[in-house]
Amino acid sequence: MSTNSYASSHPAHHILSVLVQNRPGVLARVSGLFARRGYNIFSLAVAPTEDPMLSRITIVVDVESAPLEQVVKQLFKLVDVVKISELDPRRSVERELLMATVRVPAEDRAQVVELTNIFEGKILAVGVEAITVSLDGSPDKIDDFEELLRGYGIVELQRTGRVALPKLDKEARLKAVKHGKAS
Amino acid sequence: MTQKITGAQALIRALELENVDTIFGLPGGCILPAYDPLLDSPIRHILVRHEQGAGHMAEGYAHVTGRPGVAMVTSGPAATNMVTPLCDAFMDSIPMICITGQVPTTAIGTDAFQECDTVGITRSVTKHNELIMSADDIPLMVRQAFHIATTGRPGPVLLDLPKDVLQNSMTWHWPSDKEVLDSLPGYKPVSKGHPRMIKEAARMILDAKQPILYAGGGILKARAADALRELAELIDTPVVTTLMARGAFPDDHPLCLGMPGMHGNATAITAMQKSDLLITLGARFDDRITGKVATFAPDAKIIHVDIDPAEQGKVRRPDVPIVGDCRLVIEEIIKAIKDLLNGGEKQQDISAWKSRVSGWREQFPLYYPTNEPGEALKPQYCLEQLRDGAPEGTILCSGVGQHQMWSSQYWKFNEPYTWVNSGGLGTMGFSVPAAIGAKVGRPDRTVWAVDGDGCFQMTAQELVTASVERIPIKVAILNNSYLGMVRQWQEMFYEERYSEVYLSPELPDFVKWAESMGCIGIRVESPEEVQPAIEKANSIDDRSVVVEFRVDAGEKVFPMVPAGFSNDDVLLHPDQNNRREFLR
Ligand SMILES: Cc1ncc(C[n+]2csc(CCOP(=O)(O)OP(=O)(O)O)c2C)c(N)n1
Ligand SMILES: [Mg+2]
Repeated sequence: MSTNSYASSHPAHHILSVLVQNRPGVLARVSGLFARRGYNIFSLAVAPTEDPMLSRITIVVDVESAPLEQVVKQLFKLVDVVKISELDPRRSVERELLMATVRVPAEDRAQVVELTNIFEGKILAVGVEAITVSLDGSPDKIDDFEELLRGYGIVELQRTGRVALPKLDKEARLKAVKHGKAS
Repeated sequence: MTQKITGAQALIRALELENVDTIFGLPGGCILPAYDPLLDSPIRHILVRHEQGAGHMAEGYAHVTGRPGVAMVTSGPAATNMVTPLCDAFMDSIPMICITGQVPTTAIGTDAFQECDTVGITRSVTKHNELIMSADDIPLMVRQAFHIATTGRPGPVLLDLPKDVLQNSMTWHWPSDKEVLDSLPGYKPVSKGHPRMIKEAARMILDAKQPILYAGGGILKARAADALRELAELIDTPVVTTLMARGAFPDDHPLCLGMPGMHGNATAITAMQKSDLLITLGARFDDRITGKVATFAPDAKIIHVDIDPAEQGKVRRPDVPIVGDCRLVIEEIIKAIKDLLNGGEKQQDISAWKSRVSGWREQFPLYYPTNEPGEALKPQYCLEQLRDGAPEGTILCSGVGQHQMWSSQYWKFNEPYTWVNSGGLGTMGFSVPAAIGAKVGRPDRTVWAVDGDGCFQMTAQELVTASVERIPIKVAILNNSYLGMVRQWQEMFYEERYSEVYLSPELPDFVKWAESMGCIGIRVESPEEVQPAIEKANSIDDRSVVVEFRVDAGEKVFPMVPAGFSNDDVLLHPDQNNRREFLR
């Protein structure tokens, strides 16, 4: 069964956390660099940070590390990019949100509710023949949940793509790809 | 100062404050408001005949002056006509400011007349671009544009100005340096090299037995020619100058090996290949230099100095990467070497290496078979004559093709900023407008454009601009009736199956065409006519001259490292091939 699972099929993924100036066109500049070099962005999440002048783009990329270095350096050259960190998946917390509408007759609904409760998800809406649930959590957990839901018949599914921050334990730190900024 | 002016007035005032003396451009609907205050400005506007010409003129101007060239055009088709020069400037790191008109902000996104997504289209061919949505932002955006275009690795910056933004009134404010820097938190080019890396480079240089200085266009961008010369002489090490770096080190200097690469000379190619240390200065291991990367300079350690960190390790992983401005870094390396020498360290004896290099130079000079009486004129001969007849300090521009390679090979560039060509993009049609821009930038110099018959037909109409604006340049067309470079590849790699490369021996009539554009036209068909024609051209100062040389179509550029070949397998001129064994 095909799923959106990233973690299972690509154990060595890269998470780039890119701090950019919150301006029109920034996302196009960033994503354009990946497209031009033929890289597939696996997921991408953008939102303003605590400083409204800045946005954080979290990009999960589907590449080996050597060519990634070139993209990261090219990203640095974008005038609107303020900082780039590569997050080590072992040393960061990753979260993602899934929303799904599952087709389920009223008599089987309890099974989906139970599944959602086991995963500590939420019931967002209930209809006669369908139910909409949500779950936030680690991407692995979301993968599992999605796979189990598929058994019932997913009508619509939306995942946000992951966001990540470094872990707060002692060793955790942003592995800054580079301190200085490129020209 | 809370004086109200229009966005257009602010734009022109901002350009004046950035010391712009010339704008190359052509007006139209959306940029109209900016052309009105231009009438009252001391800035000279040069009205081109095609926007691509404006772009290449701005490039030529920037090449020879080191200051950003400025082009201004309208929206839509004018903006798309600028894509080629922008990409050309981007590939060759030329500082350039391009101002485009845009439909009014209220019409953006409605497919209005002459609307196009200029910032979207040009995003990947500019160092930076901006759509300016408010007249109040104009001064800051102009200052940012000049700062970005000229610092770090230089490049083109485009500002897209909607018509209403130009018409609206604004409160003039000229931002301070600090305001500009604070507004660009993500732009901090590094110019000083890392001290530890510089020490390491110095030590590696003294330890090398077979060093080569590999000088690229970055030397010229950083105005580091003097520093390079000092370094070369200090360590007595031969220098190769890439196509972008011709003139960065004097060709008549005993340490100069000239151009390496696809059509470089055998000595420069081989010296890099056999070297044990490539001291790489503002060069980027372009595929035209390395040949097959896997076999490029296999025994060489690499010192790589470049202001752009993305060049480090892009093609070849350096042993000592140094991010910084070439001039500052070379000066630091010189100091570090002197410190080591003063501390009693010695440089390796490189005399055996140098005599090996000299051996190659003796065995493999640039070569072409000379004209026999009655034979067709050799293009290389024309270039030698042009070179020998050129007044001191002449600036040479070229198009793209065989004539470009012969220009680079046969000219003697003894001064920086005397060579203007399209290296990275290889843009046919570059030379005539670039030469016009160069002449505007350096009116005191003679400017020759060496062009192909194919290239000339792409942008020749700018000679009308040259005549009307009284910018006298000289053009030498090496007319081989062919898209010669493509013909050469078809001859060598497609079994002489010539497909769509034959132009015409008679059409156009270049002399009449030149005359119709207000130039003097001269046709040269035999070797005896070459010198008098060049003398005549050099004696004319009040208008442009076009000399058409009818040259041998069969002549090929040698040496050659065909695409995908190893530099070890460089193809020599067939007449030199019997000496191949000396290339060890
Ligand atoms: C705009 C553009 N189109 C096509 C090419 C491919 N191209 C490279 S050299 C060349 C032939 C140039 O012919 P000409 O100007 O007569 O110069 P020659 O090689 O004959 O000296 C062509 C078509 C190019 N470099 N630029
Ligand atoms: Mg030709």
